[in-house]
Amino acid sequence: MINIPIKSDTYIINANDFSVAGKVSSDIKKDLKKLGIHPKIIRRTAIVCYESEINIIIHSIGGKIVFELYEDRIVINSEDRGPGISDIELAMKEGYSTATNEVRELGFGAGMGLPNMNRWADEFRIESSSKGTLIKMTIFL
Amino acid sequence: MKVSDIKNILDANVLTCNNIDKCISYAFGSDLMSDVLAYINEETVLLTGLNNPQVIRTAEMVDVSVIVFVRGKQPTKEIIKLAEENDITILATDHIMFTACGLLYSNGLRGLDEQ
Repeated sequence: MINIPIKSDTYIINANDFSVAGKVSSDIKKDLKKLGIHPKIIRRTAIVCYESEINIIIHSIGGKIVFELYEDRIVINSEDRGPGISDIELAMKEGYSTATNEVRELGFGAGMGLPNMNRWADEFRIESSSKGTLIKMTIFL
Repeated sequence: MKVSDIKNILDANVLTCNNIDKCISYAFGSDLMSDVLAYINEETVLLTGLNNPQVIRTAEMVDVSVIVFVRGKQPTKEIIKLAEENDITILATDHIMFTACGLLYSNGLRGLDEQ
């Protein structure tokens, strides 16, 4: 694999800031359109990025999304600070959720976030501890 | 089916519109945006009773360009503005979700699981 990104951007995501949820994914999507990336690749990238963004807002005390475009792939790194996921296997099950009612009222918290990321990314890696959660998603071009 | 047909069948108001002649073959009804993100993969009309900006954001991510708000939900100015920025057509109908989906299905629209 080629290890020097053509493009790399870092976006800070604040906890509980629902008013701008989706803005980062929207910006990344627009950038990819300008670069002429295939629409299906753009859609998959936008979905995993959006779910990451929502998860950081809902579940963490803040974090960041690092977007990297390589010649052969797109990598989305989602990094957040605390409290982490205590049981990753359980969190990966469709329908399992620890979200609050406020989050459910927004149409999220249905327990599909991590499964959706896993569904649309070609590679999905997750590590979590009480300090935070790191998710790396790769989509090949 | 054209967007104009959807409007007539559902007796809906058109709140934003960039293309009333656009053709749609599939529909998906849900108030859960993560389900929308899981299943929609074609040009589809989204029917929802959820009334917040995340509906538009979700539609944007999956390239949905037509949304029908059901159960008489009236989207806020913020929602309409975001839809206009993303060339998303918004319709609003007083029909409940079940009736709206049934009317569209009986007139030829199909679910994504029938592709």
